Amino acid sequence: MSTWDRFVDTFFNGKVMAKYLPDILSGMVVTIELAVLIVITGLGAGLALALIRSLAIRPLNWLIVFTVDLFRALPPLVIIVLIYFGLPYADLSFSGFVSTWLSLALVLMAFSEEIFWAGITSVHKGQWEASRSTGLSFGQTLMNVVLPQALRLTIPPLTNRTIAITKGTALGTVVAVTEILGEASSAMSNSYNPSPLMMGAAAYLVLFLPVVVLARRLERKFAWKR
Amino acid sequence: MATLSIVDARAIHKHFGALHVLKGVDLKVAERELVFVIGPSGSGKSTLLRCLNRLEEPSSGSIVVDGIDMLDPRTDINHARQRIGMVFQSFNLYPHMTALGNVTLALRKVAGKSRAEADRLGHAALERVGLADRAEHTPGQLSGGQQQRVAIARSIALEPRVMLFDEPTSALDPELVGSVLEVMRSLRESGMTMIVVSHEMGFARNAADRVVFMDDGLIVEQGAPAEIFEHPAHDRTRAFIGQIQRH
Ligand SMILES: Nc1ncnc2c1ncn2[C@@H]1O[C@H](COP(=O)(O)OP(=O)(O)OP(=O)(O)O)[C@@H](O)[C@H]1O
Ligand SMILES: [Mg+2]
Repeated sequence: MSTWDRFVDTFFNGKVMAKYLPDILSGMVVTIELAVLIVITGLGAGLALALIRSLAIRPLNWLIVFTVDLFRALPPLVIIVLIYFGLPYADLSFSGFVSTWLSLALVLMAFSEEIFWAGITSVHKGQWEASRSTGLSFGQTLMNVVLPQALRLTIPPLTNRTIAITKGTALGTVVAVTEILGEASSAMSNSYNPSPLMMGAAAYLVLFLPVVVLARRLERKFAWKR
Repeated sequence: MATLSIVDARAIHKHFGALHVLKGVDLKVAERELVFVIGPSGSGKSTLLRCLNRLEEPSSGSIVVDGIDMLDPRTDINHARQRIGMVFQSFNLYPHMTALGNVTLALRKVAGKSRAEADRLGHAALERVGLADRAEHTPGQLSGGQQQRVAIARSIALEPRVMLFDEPTSALDPELVGSVLEVMRSLRESGMTMIVVSHEMGFARNAADRVVFMDDGLIVEQGAPAEIFEHPAHDRTRAFIGQIQRH
Protein backbone atom coordinates (compact mmCIF):
# COMPACT_ATOMS: atom_id res chain seq x y z
CA MET A 1 0.00 0.00 0.00
CA SER A 2 1.34 3.44 -0.94
CA THR A 3 1.38 6.27 1.57
CA TRP A 4 -1.47 7.91 -0.35
CA ASP A 5 -3.58 4.76 -0.21
CA ARG A 6 -2.94 4.44 3.48
CA PHE A 7 -3.92 8.06 3.98
CA VAL A 8 -7.18 7.61 2.07
CA ASP A 9 -7.89 4.32 3.82
CA THR A 10 -7.44 6.02 7.19
CA PHE A 11 -9.20 9.34 6.69
CA PHE A 12 -11.68 8.57 3.92
CA ASN A 13 -12.46 4.92 4.51
CA GLY A 14 -15.46 4.10 2.30
CA LYS A 15 -16.73 1.23 4.42
CA VAL A 16 -16.57 3.19 7.66
CA MET A 17 -18.13 6.22 6.04
CA ALA A 18 -21.02 4.25 4.59
CA LYS A 19 -21.64 2.62 7.94
CA TYR A 20 -21.73 5.84 9.92
CA LEU A 21 -23.33 8.13 7.35
CA PRO A 22 -26.81 7.76 8.93
CA ASP A 23 -25.37 8.76 12.32
CA ILE A 24 -23.72 11.84 10.88
CA LEU A 25 -26.94 12.78 9.08
CA SER A 26 -28.96 12.47 12.28
CA GLY A 27 -26.27 14.58 13.96
CA MET A 28 -26.80 17.19 11.28
CA VAL A 29 -30.50 17.28 12.03
CA VAL A 30 -29.77 17.85 15.73
CA THR A 31 -27.26 20.59 14.87
CA ILE A 32 -29.77 22.30 12.60
CA GLU A 33 -32.49 22.13 15.25
CA LEU A 34 -30.14 23.56 17.85
CA ALA A 35 -28.86 26.28 15.54
CA VAL A 36 -32.32 27.42 14.49
CA LEU A 37 -33.53 27.52 18.08
CA ILE A 38 -30.45 29.42 19.23
CA VAL A 39 -30.65 31.99 16.45
CA ILE A 40 -34.37 32.66 16.89
CA THR A 41 -34.42 32.85 20.67
CA GLY A 42 -30.99 34.44 21.06
CA LEU A 43 -31.55 37.24 18.56
CA GLY A 44 -35.15 37.68 19.71
CA ALA A 45 -34.11 38.06 23.33
CA GLY A 46 -31.19 40.32 22.39
CA LEU A 47 -33.48 42.62 20.42
CA ALA A 48 -36.05 42.62 23.21
CA LEU A 49 -33.39 43.60 25.77
CA ALA A 50 -32.11 46.40 23.52
CA LEU A 51 -35.65 47.74 23.11
CA ILE A 52 -36.25 47.60 26.85
CA ARG A 53 -32.92 49.33 27.39
CA SER A 54 -34.04 52.19 25.15
CA LEU A 55 -36.82 52.97 27.62
CA ALA A 56 -34.01 54.23 29.89
CA ILE A 57 -35.36 52.85 33.15
CA ARG A 58 -32.27 53.02 35.35
CA PRO A 59 -32.47 49.90 37.55
CA LEU A 60 -33.64 47.82 34.61
CA ASN A 61 -30.74 49.03 32.50
CA TRP A 62 -28.23 48.17 35.20
CA LEU A 63 -29.66 44.68 35.26
CA ILE A 64 -29.48 44.38 31.49
CA VAL A 65 -25.91 45.64 31.32
CA PHE A 66 -24.87 43.29 34.11
CA THR A 67 -26.51 40.28 32.45
CA VAL A 68 -25.05 41.12 29.09
CA ASP A 69 -21.55 41.61 30.46
CA LEU A 70 -21.80 38.35 32.39
CA PHE A 71 -22.73 36.24 29.40
CA ARG A 72 -20.19 37.93 27.19
CA ALA A 73 -17.43 37.28 29.69
CA LEU A 74 -18.13 33.62 30.52
CA PRO A 75 -16.88 30.96 28.10
CA PRO A 76 -19.91 29.20 26.56
CA LEU A 77 -18.62 25.81 27.70
CA VAL A 78 -18.68 26.96 31.31
CA ILE A 79 -22.29 28.09 30.94
CA ILE A 80 -23.30 24.76 29.42
CA VAL A 81 -21.63 22.82 32.21
CA LEU A 82 -23.14 25.06 34.88
CA ILE A 83 -26.65 24.65 33.50
CA TYR A 84 -26.35 20.92 32.88
CA PHE A 85 -24.50 19.85 36.02
CA GLY A 86 -25.22 22.78 38.32
CA LEU A 87 -28.90 23.54 38.01
CA PRO A 88 -30.04 20.04 39.11
CA TYR A 89 -28.84 21.06 42.58
CA ALA A 90 -31.50 23.79 42.41
CA ASP A 91 -34.03 21.11 41.41
CA LEU A 92 -33.91 22.21 37.78
CA SER A 93 -32.79 19.58 35.34
CA PHE A 94 -32.37 20.18 31.66
CA SER A 95 -31.37 17.70 29.01
CA GLY A 96 -28.05 18.19 27.28
CA PHE A 97 -29.90 19.51 24.25
CA VAL A 98 -31.81 22.11 26.25
CA SER A 99 -28.71 23.06 28.25
CA THR A 100 -26.75 23.69 25.07
CA TRP A 101 -29.62 25.62 23.51
CA LEU A 102 -30.14 27.81 26.59
CA SER A 103 -26.44 28.50 27.04
CA LEU A 104 -25.72 29.53 23.49
CA ALA A 105 -28.98 31.46 23.23
CA LEU A 106 -27.95 33.43 26.33
CA VAL A 107 -24.55 34.15 24.83
CA LEU A 108 -26.07 35.22 21.51
CA MET A 109 -28.62 37.31 23.41
CA ALA A 110 -25.82 39.11 25.23
CA PHE A 111 -23.71 39.84 22.16
CA SER A 112 -26.66 40.75 19.96
CA GLU A 113 -28.11 43.07 22.60
CA GLU A 114 -24.88 45.04 22.51
CA ILE A 115 -24.96 45.15 18.72
CA PHE A 116 -28.64 46.14 18.53
CA TRP A 117 -28.08 48.76 21.20
CA ALA A 118 -25.10 50.22 19.37
CA GLY A 119 -27.27 50.39 16.25
CA ILE A 120 -30.11 52.13 18.06
CA THR A 121 -27.85 54.72 19.67
CA SER A 122 -26.05 55.42 16.41
CA VAL A 123 -29.25 56.75 14.82
CA HIS A 124 -29.06 60.53 14.83
CA LYS A 125 -31.00 62.36 17.53
CA GLY A 126 -32.65 64.48 14.84
CA GLN A 127 -34.52 61.40 13.61
CA TRP A 128 -36.19 61.05 16.99
CA GLU A 129 -37.00 64.75 17.10
CA ALA A 130 -38.48 64.89 13.61
CA SER A 131 -40.67 61.89 14.29
CA ARG A 132 -41.78 62.99 17.76
CA SER A 133 -42.51 66.50 16.47
CA THR A 134 -45.06 65.06 14.03
CA GLY A 135 -46.82 63.31 16.89
CA LEU A 136 -45.44 59.79 16.73
CA SER A 137 -45.09 58.21 20.16
CA PHE A 138 -41.82 56.90 21.57
CA GLY A 139 -42.72 53.34 20.57
CA GLN A 140 -43.90 54.30 17.09
CA THR A 141 -40.70 56.27 16.53
CA LEU A 142 -38.57 53.38 17.72
CA MET A 143 -40.34 50.86 15.50
CA ASN A 144 -40.91 52.92 12.34
CA VAL A 145 -37.99 55.32 12.26
CA VAL A 146 -35.12 54.24 14.47
CA LEU A 147 -35.11 50.45 14.33
CA PRO A 148 -35.17 50.13 10.53
CA GLN A 149 -32.09 52.36 10.36
CA ALA A 150 -30.41 50.63 13.30
CA LEU A 151 -30.91 47.14 11.86
CA ARG A 152 -29.22 48.13 8.65
CA LEU A 153 -26.05 48.98 10.56
CA THR A 154 -26.16 45.86 12.68
CA ILE A 155 -26.32 43.28 9.91
CA PRO A 156 -22.57 42.74 9.36
CA PRO A 157 -21.54 42.41 13.04
CA LEU A 158 -24.68 40.46 13.80
CA THR A 159 -24.14 37.81 11.15
CA ASN A 160 -20.52 37.33 12.21
CA ARG A 161 -21.50 36.82 15.83
CA THR A 162 -24.42 34.60 14.99
CA ILE A 163 -22.28 32.28 12.90
CA ALA A 164 -19.52 32.14 15.50
CA ILE A 165 -21.90 31.35 18.34
CA THR A 166 -23.97 28.86 16.36
CA LYS A 167 -20.82 26.87 15.61
CA GLY A 168 -20.58 26.48 19.38
CA THR A 169 -23.27 23.78 19.11
CA ALA A 170 -20.28 21.43 18.90
CA LEU A 171 -19.79 22.07 22.62
CA GLY A 172 -22.96 20.04 23.13
CA THR A 173 -20.85 16.86 22.91
CA VAL A 174 -19.70 17.56 26.44
CA VAL A 175 -23.22 17.06 27.74
CA ALA A 176 -24.00 14.10 25.49
CA VAL A 177 -25.87 15.94 22.74
CA THR A 178 -25.77 13.81 19.62
CA GLU A 179 -25.04 16.69 17.24
CA ILE A 180 -22.55 16.40 14.38
CA LEU A 181 -19.35 16.41 16.40
CA GLY A 182 -20.82 14.07 19.04
CA GLU A 183 -21.87 11.54 16.43
CA ALA A 184 -18.57 11.85 14.62
CA SER A 185 -16.41 11.30 17.68
CA SER A 186 -18.40 8.33 18.98
CA ALA A 187 -18.28 6.82 15.50
CA MET A 188 -14.56 7.46 15.49
CA SER A 189 -13.98 5.61 18.74
CA ASN A 190 -16.23 2.73 17.71
CA SER A 191 -14.53 2.26 14.37
CA TYR A 192 -10.98 3.13 15.46
CA ASN A 193 -10.89 5.28 12.34
CA PRO A 194 -10.95 9.09 11.87
CA SER A 195 -13.09 9.00 8.71
CA PRO A 196 -16.27 9.95 10.58
CA LEU A 197 -14.54 13.12 11.73
CA MET A 198 -13.92 14.03 8.09
CA MET A 199 -17.61 13.48 7.43
CA GLY A 200 -18.38 15.70 10.39
CA ALA A 201 -16.17 18.43 8.96
CA ALA A 202 -17.94 18.07 5.61
CA ALA A 203 -21.29 18.31 7.37
CA TYR A 204 -20.27 21.62 9.02
CA LEU A 205 -19.18 22.96 5.66
CA VAL A 206 -22.47 21.95 4.06
CA LEU A 207 -24.38 23.66 6.84
CA PHE A 208 -22.40 26.83 7.39
CA LEU A 209 -20.90 27.70 4.03
CA PRO A 210 -24.28 28.69 2.55
CA VAL A 211 -24.98 30.77 5.65
CA VAL A 212 -21.67 32.58 5.32
CA VAL A 213 -22.30 33.26 1.64
CA LEU A 214 -25.84 34.42 2.32
CA ALA A 215 -24.62 36.73 5.08
CA ARG A 216 -22.11 38.29 2.73
CA ARG A 217 -24.84 38.89 0.15
CA LEU A 218 -27.07 40.47 2.76
CA GLU A 219 -24.28 42.75 3.92
CA ARG A 220 -23.56 43.91 0.43
CA LYS A 221 -27.21 44.53 -0.31
CA PHE A 222 -27.75 46.67 2.75
CA ALA A 223 -24.40 48.44 2.52
CA TRP A 224 -25.38 49.70 -0.90
CA LYS A 225 -28.70 51.13 0.02
CA ARG A 226 -27.42 53.77 2.40
CA MET B 1 -53.15 92.73 19.77
CA ALA B 2 -56.85 92.21 19.33
CA THR B 3 -56.62 89.01 17.32
CA LEU B 4 -56.55 85.64 19.02
CA SER B 5 -53.14 84.42 20.15
CA ILE B 6 -52.44 81.03 18.73
CA VAL B 7 -49.22 80.69 20.68
CA ASP B 8 -49.12 82.08 24.18
CA ALA B 9 -45.93 81.32 26.09
CA ARG B 10 -45.36 83.00 29.43
CA ALA B 11 -42.40 83.27 31.74
CA ILE B 12 -40.56 80.35 30.16
CA HIS B 13 -37.48 79.31 32.06
CA LYS B 14 -35.20 76.52 31.00
CA HIS B 15 -32.19 75.16 32.86
CA PHE B 16 -29.75 72.59 31.55
CA GLY B 17 -28.19 71.56 34.82
CA ALA B 18 -26.51 74.69 36.13
CA LEU B 19 -26.93 76.48 32.81
CA HIS B 20 -29.83 78.94 32.78
CA VAL B 21 -30.73 79.10 29.10
CA LEU B 22 -34.16 80.76 29.04
CA LYS B 23 -34.68 83.40 31.70
CA GLY B 24 -38.37 84.19 31.57
CA VAL B 25 -39.44 84.49 27.96
CA ASP B 26 -42.92 85.72 27.02
CA LEU B 27 -44.01 85.17 23.47
CA LYS B 28 -47.45 85.68 22.01
CA VAL B 29 -48.11 84.97 18.37
CA ALA B 30 -51.33 85.95 16.64
CA GLU B 31 -53.08 83.84 14.07
CA ARG B 32 -51.54 84.28 10.58
CA GLU B 33 -48.61 86.17 12.04
CA LEU B 34 -45.03 85.53 10.93
CA VAL B 35 -42.64 86.12 13.79
CA PHE B 36 -38.96 86.22 13.01
CA VAL B 37 -36.54 85.38 15.81
CA ILE B 38 -32.95 86.58 15.67
CA GLY B 39 -30.14 86.62 18.18
CA PRO B 40 -26.55 85.55 18.75
CA SER B 41 -25.51 81.93 18.91
CA GLY B 42 -26.37 80.40 22.26
CA SER B 43 -29.01 83.00 23.09
CA GLY B 44 -31.68 80.29 23.39
CA LYS B 45 -33.59 80.59 20.11
CA SER B 46 -33.66 76.87 19.36
CA THR B 47 -34.42 76.02 22.96
CA LEU B 48 -37.40 78.38 22.90
CA LEU B 49 -38.81 76.79 19.73
CA ARG B 50 -38.24 73.32 21.14
CA CYS B 51 -40.07 74.24 24.32
CA LEU B 52 -43.11 75.31 22.32
CA ASN B 53 -43.76 71.74 21.11
CA ARG B 54 -42.21 70.27 24.23
CA LEU B 55 -39.31 68.57 22.52
CA GLU B 56 -37.61 70.27 25.44
CA GLU B 57 -39.32 70.35 28.82
CA PRO B 58 -39.38 73.92 30.18
CA SER B 59 -38.30 74.23 33.81
CA SER B 60 -41.22 76.57 34.48
CA GLY B 61 -43.73 78.78 32.74
CA SER B 62 -46.87 78.16 30.75
CA ILE B 63 -47.41 77.40 27.09
CA VAL B 64 -50.78 77.38 25.36
CA VAL B 65 -50.90 76.53 21.66
CA ASP B 66 -54.21 76.72 19.84
CA GLY B 67 -56.03 76.51 23.14
CA ILE B 68 -54.12 73.45 24.33
CA ASP B 69 -52.12 73.67 27.54
CA MET B 70 -48.88 72.09 26.37
CA LEU B 71 -47.43 71.64 29.85
CA ASP B 72 -50.48 70.03 31.42
CA PRO B 73 -49.55 66.40 32.13
CA ARG B 74 -53.06 65.37 31.07
CA THR B 75 -52.56 66.81 27.57
CA ASP B 76 -52.11 64.17 24.89
CA ILE B 77 -48.80 65.56 23.70
CA ASN B 78 -48.64 63.40 20.58
CA HIS B 79 -52.03 64.65 19.51
CA ALA B 80 -51.08 68.25 20.28
CA ARG B 81 -47.85 68.02 18.31
CA GLN B 82 -49.72 67.32 15.09
CA ARG B 83 -50.88 70.93 15.22
CA ILE B 84 -47.34 72.27 15.50
CA GLY B 85 -45.14 71.65 12.50
CA MET B 86 -41.38 71.81 12.96
CA VAL B 87 -38.66 72.21 10.37
CA PHE B 88 -35.04 71.59 11.36
CA GLN B 89 -31.76 72.96 10.14
CA SER B 90 -30.56 69.47 9.24
CA PHE B 91 -33.87 68.40 7.55
CA ASN B 92 -33.98 65.14 9.51
CA LEU B 93 -35.72 63.22 6.77
CA TYR B 94 -36.01 59.48 7.30
CA PRO B 95 -33.30 58.11 5.00
CA HIS B 96 -34.88 54.67 4.66
CA MET B 97 -38.13 55.99 3.23
CA THR B 98 -39.13 57.73 0.01
CA ALA B 99 -40.23 61.37 0.03
CA LEU B 100 -43.83 60.18 0.04
CA GLY B 101 -43.08 57.73 2.85
CA ASN B 102 -41.62 60.58 4.90
CA VAL B 103 -44.70 62.69 4.36
CA THR B 104 -47.27 59.97 5.00
CA LEU B 105 -45.80 58.28 8.10
CA ALA B 106 -47.49 60.53 10.66
CA LEU B 107 -50.64 60.75 8.55
CA ARG B 108 -51.01 57.00 8.88
CA LYS B 109 -49.65 56.44 12.37
CA VAL B 110 -50.93 59.52 14.18
CA ALA B 111 -53.78 60.97 12.13
CA GLY B 112 -55.09 57.46 11.48
CA LYS B 113 -55.54 57.83 7.72
CA SER B 114 -55.74 54.80 5.47
CA ARG B 115 -52.77 54.24 3.20
CA ALA B 116 -54.72 55.43 0.16
CA GLU B 117 -55.92 58.57 1.89
CA ALA B 118 -52.47 59.26 3.32
CA ASP B 119 -50.91 58.85 -0.12
CA ARG B 120 -53.43 61.27 -1.60
CA LEU B 121 -52.71 63.87 1.10
CA GLY B 122 -48.98 63.18 0.84
CA HIS B 123 -48.96 63.81 -2.91
CA ALA B 124 -50.91 67.01 -2.37
CA ALA B 125 -48.38 68.21 0.22
CA LEU B 126 -45.46 67.40 -2.07
CA GLU B 127 -47.23 69.28 -4.84
CA ARG B 128 -47.46 72.35 -2.62
CA VAL B 129 -43.69 72.40 -2.17
CA GLY B 130 -43.12 71.83 -5.88
CA LEU B 131 -41.92 68.24 -5.60
CA ALA B 132 -44.83 66.27 -7.03
CA ASP B 133 -42.42 64.45 -9.33
CA ARG B 134 -40.05 63.40 -6.54
CA ALA B 135 -42.48 61.34 -4.46
CA GLU B 136 -40.61 58.07 -5.00
CA HIS B 137 -37.11 59.49 -4.47
CA THR B 138 -35.26 58.75 -1.26
CA PRO B 139 -33.61 61.64 0.62
CA GLY B 140 -30.21 60.52 -0.63
CA GLN B 141 -31.38 61.19 -4.18
CA LEU B 142 -32.52 64.74 -3.45
CA SER B 143 -30.63 68.02 -3.16
CA GLY B 144 -30.51 69.80 0.19
CA GLY B 145 -33.13 72.29 -0.91
CA GLN B 146 -35.42 69.51 -2.09
CA GLN B 147 -34.91 67.62 1.16
CA GLN B 148 -35.88 70.66 3.18
CA ARG B 149 -39.00 71.11 1.06
CA VAL B 150 -39.94 67.48 1.67
CA ALA B 151 -39.46 68.17 5.39
CA ILE B 152 -41.84 71.12 5.08
CA ALA B 153 -44.32 68.91 3.22
CA ARG B 154 -44.04 66.35 6.04
CA SER B 155 -45.22 69.03 8.44
CA ILE B 156 -47.91 70.74 6.38
CA ALA B 157 -49.49 67.42 5.40
CA LEU B 158 -50.76 67.26 8.98
CA GLU B 159 -52.42 70.68 8.54
CA PRO B 160 -50.73 72.29 11.53
CA ARG B 161 -52.03 75.50 13.08
CA VAL B 162 -48.53 76.87 13.50
CA MET B 163 -45.13 76.07 12.01
CA LEU B 164 -41.77 76.40 13.72
CA PHE B 165 -38.66 76.83 11.58
CA ASP B 166 -35.23 76.47 13.18
CA GLU B 167 -32.68 77.89 10.74
CA PRO B 168 -34.29 76.12 7.79
CA THR B 169 -31.78 77.41 5.23
CA SER B 170 -28.55 77.48 7.24
CA ALA B 171 -27.37 74.08 6.02
CA LEU B 172 -28.06 74.85 2.36
CA ASP B 173 -25.76 75.94 -0.41
CA PRO B 174 -26.57 79.59 -1.25
CA GLU B 175 -28.12 78.74 -4.62
CA LEU B 176 -30.63 76.38 -2.95
CA VAL B 177 -31.82 78.82 -0.29
CA GLY B 178 -34.21 80.61 -2.63
CA SER B 179 -36.40 77.60 -3.37
CA VAL B 180 -36.98 76.97 0.35
CA LEU B 181 -37.72 80.62 1.09
CA GLU B 182 -40.16 80.64 -1.79
CA VAL B 183 -42.06 77.72 -0.27
CA MET B 184 -42.09 79.51 3.08
CA ARG B 185 -43.41 82.65 1.43
CA SER B 186 -46.24 80.77 -0.25
CA LEU B 187 -47.06 79.13 3.09
CA ARG B 188 -47.26 82.54 4.61
CA GLU B 189 -49.54 83.76 1.84
CA SER B 190 -51.85 80.83 2.52
CA GLY B 191 -52.24 82.21 6.06
CA MET B 192 -50.00 79.90 8.04
CA THR B 193 -48.85 81.14 11.42
CA MET B 194 -45.06 80.86 11.52
CA ILE B 195 -42.23 81.33 13.97
CA VAL B 196 -38.94 81.45 12.11
CA VAL B 197 -35.44 81.43 13.55
CA SER B 198 -33.14 82.46 10.72
CA HIS B 199 -30.40 84.79 9.53
CA GLU B 200 -32.16 85.52 6.22
CA MET B 201 -32.64 89.25 6.83
CA GLY B 202 -33.97 89.88 3.35
CA PHE B 203 -36.75 87.41 3.97
CA ALA B 204 -37.44 88.97 7.36
CA ARG B 205 -37.73 92.43 5.86
CA ASN B 206 -40.35 91.57 3.29
CA ALA B 207 -42.21 88.67 4.89
CA ALA B 208 -42.10 89.09 8.68
CA ASP B 209 -44.78 90.88 10.67
CA ARG B 210 -42.57 91.13 13.70
CA VAL B 211 -38.92 90.61 14.52
CA VAL B 212 -37.93 89.38 17.96
CA PHE B 213 -34.38 89.86 19.14
CA MET B 214 -33.15 87.46 21.81
CA ASP B 215 -29.97 87.65 23.80
CA ASP B 216 -28.76 85.64 26.74
CA GLY B 217 -32.06 83.84 27.32
CA LEU B 218 -34.28 86.91 27.13
CA ILE B 219 -36.26 88.80 24.53
CA VAL B 220 -34.43 92.11 24.45
CA GLU B 221 -36.73 93.88 22.04
CA GLN B 222 -39.27 93.29 19.32
CA GLY B 223 -41.14 95.21 16.68
CA ALA B 224 -41.81 95.63 13.00
CA PRO B 225 -38.85 94.60 10.81
CA ALA B 226 -38.12 98.13 9.63
CA GLU B 227 -38.16 99.41 13.17
CA ILE B 228 -35.81 96.73 14.53
CA PHE B 229 -33.44 96.82 11.58
CA GLU B 230 -33.27 100.60 11.09
CA HIS B 231 -33.84 101.92 14.61
CA PRO B 232 -32.96 99.33 17.20
CA ALA B 233 -33.49 100.68 20.71
CA HIS B 234 -30.84 98.59 22.42
CA ASP B 235 -27.11 98.55 21.91
CA ARG B 236 -27.03 94.77 21.89
CA THR B 237 -29.58 94.68 19.05
CA ARG B 238 -27.66 97.30 17.11
CA ALA B 239 -24.40 95.43 17.56
CA PHE B 240 -25.95 92.14 16.46
CA ILE B 241 -27.65 93.61 13.39
CA GLY B 242 -24.50 95.44 12.40
CA GLN B 243 -22.59 92.20 12.64
CA ILE B 244 -25.09 90.28 10.52
CA GLN B 245 -25.30 92.93 7.84
CA ARG B 246 -21.55 93.03 7.44
CA HIS B 247 -21.72 89.40 6.26
N1 LIG C 1 -29.55 69.52 25.53
C1 LIG C 1 -28.75 70.49 26.04
N2 LIG C 1 -27.98 70.24 27.13
C2 LIG C 1 -27.20 71.20 27.65
N3 LIG C 1 -27.09 72.44 27.16
C3 LIG C 1 -27.82 72.76 26.08
C4 LIG C 1 -28.69 71.80 25.46
N4 LIG C 1 -29.29 72.38 24.41
C5 LIG C 1 -28.82 73.65 24.36
N5 LIG C 1 -27.95 73.89 25.37
C6 LIG C 1 -27.27 75.16 25.64
O1 LIG C 1 -28.24 76.15 25.75
C7 LIG C 1 -27.76 77.37 25.19
C8 LIG C 1 -28.77 77.86 24.18
O2 LIG C 1 -28.78 76.98 23.09
P1 LIG C 1 -29.69 77.17 21.83
O3 LIG C 1 -29.42 76.04 20.92
O4 LIG C 1 -31.10 77.39 22.22
O5 LIG C 1 -29.12 78.52 21.21
P2 LIG C 1 -29.42 79.18 19.82
O6 LIG C 1 -29.81 80.59 20.10
O7 LIG C 1 -30.36 78.35 19.04
O8 LIG C 1 -27.99 79.21 19.17
P3 LIG C 1 -27.54 78.95 17.62
O9 LIG C 1 -27.74 80.25 16.90
O10 LIG C 1 -26.11 78.59 17.75
O11 LIG C 1 -28.38 77.83 17.10
C9 LIG C 1 -26.41 77.08 24.64
O12 LIG C 1 -25.45 77.52 25.58
C10 LIG C 1 -26.36 75.59 24.51
O13 LIG C 1 -25.06 75.12 24.69
MG1 LIG D 1 -30.19 77.16 17.31
